[in-house]
Amino acid sequence: MSVQSPTADGLPAAPAGTAGPRDRARARVSARGIALVLYIVFLMLPIYWMVNMSLKTNAEILSGLTLYPRNPTLQNYVTIFTDPSWYSGYLNSIHYVALNTVISLVVALPAAYAFSRYRFLGDRHMFFWLLTNRMAPPAVFLLPFFQLYSTIGLFDTHIAVALAHCLFNVPLAVWILEGFMSGVPREIDETAAMDGYGFPRFFLTVFLPLIRSGIGVTAFFCFMFSWVELLLARTLTSVNAKPIAATMTRTVSAAGMDWGLLAAAGVLTIVPGALVIWFVRNYIAKGFALGRV
Amino acid sequence: MATIELRDIAHSYRPDPRGPSDYALRRLSRSWEDGTACALLGPSGCGKTTLLNIISGLITPSEGRILFGGRDVTGLSPERRNIAQVFQFPVIYDTMTVYDNLAFPLRNRGMARPDLDRRVRRVAELLDLTGDLKRRAQRLTPDAKQKISLGRGLVREDVAAILFDEPLTVIDPHMKWQLRRKLREIHKEVRLSLIYVTHDQVEALTFADQVAVMVDGAIVQVGTPQELFEEPAHTFVGYFIGSPGMNLLPCELAEGGARVDGIPIPLPAGPRPDAGPHAGPGARYEIGIRPEFLEIDHLGRAAGNGGAAPGLVPVDVTDVAFLGTHRIVTARLGRHTVKVKLDEGRPVPGDPGLRFPPGRTKLYRDGVLVN
Amino acid sequence: MDKPWNNRAWLLVLPVVAIVAFSAILPLMTVVNYSVQDIFGPGQAYWVGTEWYRKVLEDERLRDALLRQMLYSLAVLAIEIPLGVAIALCMPSGKGWRTSLTLVLLALPLLIPWNVVGTIWQIFARGDIGLGGAALQRLGLDYNYTGDPLDAWLTVLAMDVWHWTSLVALLAYAGLQAIPPAFYQAAKIDGASRWSVFRYIQLPKMRGVLIIAVLLRFMDSFMIYTEPFVLTGGGPGNATTFLSQFLTRMAVGQFDLGVAAAFSIIYFLIVLLFSYVFYTFITKVGTGDAR
Repeated sequence: MSVQSPTADGLPAAPAGTAGPRDRARARVSARGIALVLYIVFLMLPIYWMVNMSLKTNAEILSGLTLYPRNPTLQNYVTIFTDPSWYSGYLNSIHYVALNTVISLVVALPAAYAFSRYRFLGDRHMFFWLLTNRMAPPAVFLLPFFQLYSTIGLFDTHIAVALAHCLFNVPLAVWILEGFMSGVPREIDETAAMDGYGFPRFFLTVFLPLIRSGIGVTAFFCFMFSWVELLLARTLTSVNAKPIAATMTRTVSAAGMDWGLLAAAGVLTIVPGALVIWFVRNYIAKGFALGRV
Repeated sequence: MATIELRDIAHSYRPDPRGPSDYALRRLSRSWEDGTACALLGPSGCGKTTLLNIISGLITPSEGRILFGGRDVTGLSPERRNIAQVFQFPVIYDTMTVYDNLAFPLRNRGMARPDLDRRVRRVAELLDLTGDLKRRAQRLTPDAKQKISLGRGLVREDVAAILFDEPLTVIDPHMKWQLRRKLREIHKEVRLSLIYVTHDQVEALTFADQVAVMVDGAIVQVGTPQELFEEPAHTFVGYFIGSPGMNLLPCELAEGGARVDGIPIPLPAGPRPDAGPHAGPGARYEIGIRPEFLEIDHLGRAAGNGGAAPGLVPVDVTDVAFLGTHRIVTARLGRHTVKVKLDEGRPVPGDPGLRFPPGRTKLYRDGVLVN
Repeated sequence: MDKPWNNRAWLLVLPVVAIVAFSAILPLMTVVNYSVQDIFGPGQAYWVGTEWYRKVLEDERLRDALLRQMLYSLAVLAIEIPLGVAIALCMPSGKGWRTSLTLVLLALPLLIPWNVVGTIWQIFARGDIGLGGAALQRLGLDYNYTGDPLDAWLTVLAMDVWHWTSLVALLAYAGLQAIPPAFYQAAKIDGASRWSVFRYIQLPKMRGVLIIAVLLRFMDSFMIYTEPFVLTGGGPGNATTFLSQFLTRMAVGQFDLGVAAAFSIIYFLIVLLFSYVFYTFITKVGTGDAR
């Protein structure tokens, strides 16, 4: 009912017309604002520096510090976009990330529904067991994964990386989705059952649309953790499915480090993430609370 | 403690309100005497919460002044206004014990310990919370939590008024009346001004000495529960209060009364309503009568006694609903539907006619009561 | 809140069980297998029982690595949790462009591949071509993260703060946004100070998300590998060699499979144990009410 608009510090706005407190509040708001801006500058500086370097030639980089490129060049980017061994890295990464997101969602959706709606034999242990997988250090799985996927002939395929990333993404997806699903009243299920919906039809046409923001958030998290992971992805691939992040280690050559190219490749790996964030920006806050606030 | 006075208060949530429709609260002046229990009653979106927040100081009105005991408090923040507020959802400090919750406002104002302890214990006793003082507030039931929010207002010695914003929304139905009774008791004991916002007429009518009915950002009537029931000043009040609400029938004026679909209805004697200063050719008239005041009778017997049926209007009964102690009879009168409340045990006649007692039949012009 | 008992729900969980079993149980069994045997080649394995475990537990380098790891994780928590909460308190609320922009910029480091995070800092912190390193040297500090162990450690820590504080801030922000305005209004009427509002309203209401934040940050910092690997390669010396890197060096570099496997099991158990202890500790301390 209340229509207060809270100010930056989360407190309701000081009433207009009260000179003293309002000025104080404004001063406080701007102090907070300055602190926030300073932190964001701290976040952006290293990224800016990489962007800056990606637009320079190696000669300029090594000749001394310049806060912006004196002779901006796109040569580093051109190299990446024209050399298949570079750009196929991007395609590989996007390929297995998409694959992983789809697999995680498809298996996690029914399971999350089961956890949110029913009690069954061993349900709590199972839920905990799933979460412990999120706590398993990927380094532990390096060697066994390598052997396992080599044995079944999946080594250096996109599906291998996608499956390996399920190790941490599926538990996470179940956990987030369960949070969102528990927010949907169970009466909806009962009403649908009375209206004669079978379970598959109810689940696909009634239930899923209700939690679509939850699905979006889950997809975002799966994308994020699969996109940023390198250790497993690098171990399970050699050529055909090699992720872009692993390709970047090639920039050391006989002539020394190719800093400009390295920076350009780095900038390009930020772009997909930045795009995804921009699309989900209105759900970020709620999404990071995993639907549990 | 103080009289609360609103002078030409109006509020809009827009920065540059143009027409009246931009106002959540239209210009109004009103004062409440010290120590009254007053309810603001109205449907959601009628501006009652806005008015409450203006009184508490959470909102500063776009226009007008507000005075507590003659002191202008328009620009003062809530904590300097000597008011307390109980919100729709219980606001308690989860991590504190009940005792600390009650002591919180006093500690913030720097009260000395012995005084504080005495006041907290007195209020706890008043609210039947003494046994819970050491418990963590988070684990209590919603009604106990709501009592704590109330208690945080009662402990303060400087409180002029306690405001309630639909405080019973989350309380179990069977606890609601207990809590309401507790509130009446406390009001008798401490004689504070209480202002209570609700959309529930039962809550408002049982709680308050004075009820202000609001609609579309304006107060349409202020009165005792009885006045609101017997003399609704506005068709909205008639319709909103009572269950079922007042029967409202569009009518034309005629000699000695009104006509509904050509059927004459007697009105109390008085100056002709269409002669008043506001009467115009476009005025819309309605008669209103509560279902409780309509009488239902045999057309035939009445006719047999005196030939013509004096004051009886023939109707068709379309439905009878049994509601325990009474029945609600739905009948058709011309093209309109009327409801009649009939005490248990009185039969519905086979040839029904309705009597409109003149003292109970009200006439409204453009929604406003015509005397 | 009573959910109906229905064992057929197992059918719905089956796909998850299958896929996680495939990607977790099978490999884990391999690890267990390695940890109790000495394997020379296909078909040539000898049961060695707990020998590898004993070897691991007696290894001093490993104890050093564990100590370094714990120190690092505690430092991460001690900095990132309060800083994240402070940032959340500074963030604008409501739906304006400022909020959107802040959220997007804050979230950006989280979406950068971890090795690129390492690369960014590798460049940024260098004294010759990096802005950060050069700035520190201009200030007269003898800063060199490739040579000085303390500088390296601090640089890795700064990188972690840069990378992950946003996660804490976003979680805390979500918690703050969920507080109904009535709580602030009531506090105002009760005459509460800014500190009291934080202590008695905001902090308790953020408790749930902060538990998630502490757990995630603890687990992930305890498993950190890629970023320091790229930035410092674990050096200089072993200054930034944390457990994961120690493990991979053992398994891939020295091919000590038995010891590496035993170490893996111990490592996993440590994370589990610490997470469990953390979880029970925080939920108990918060309000004395475990829910």
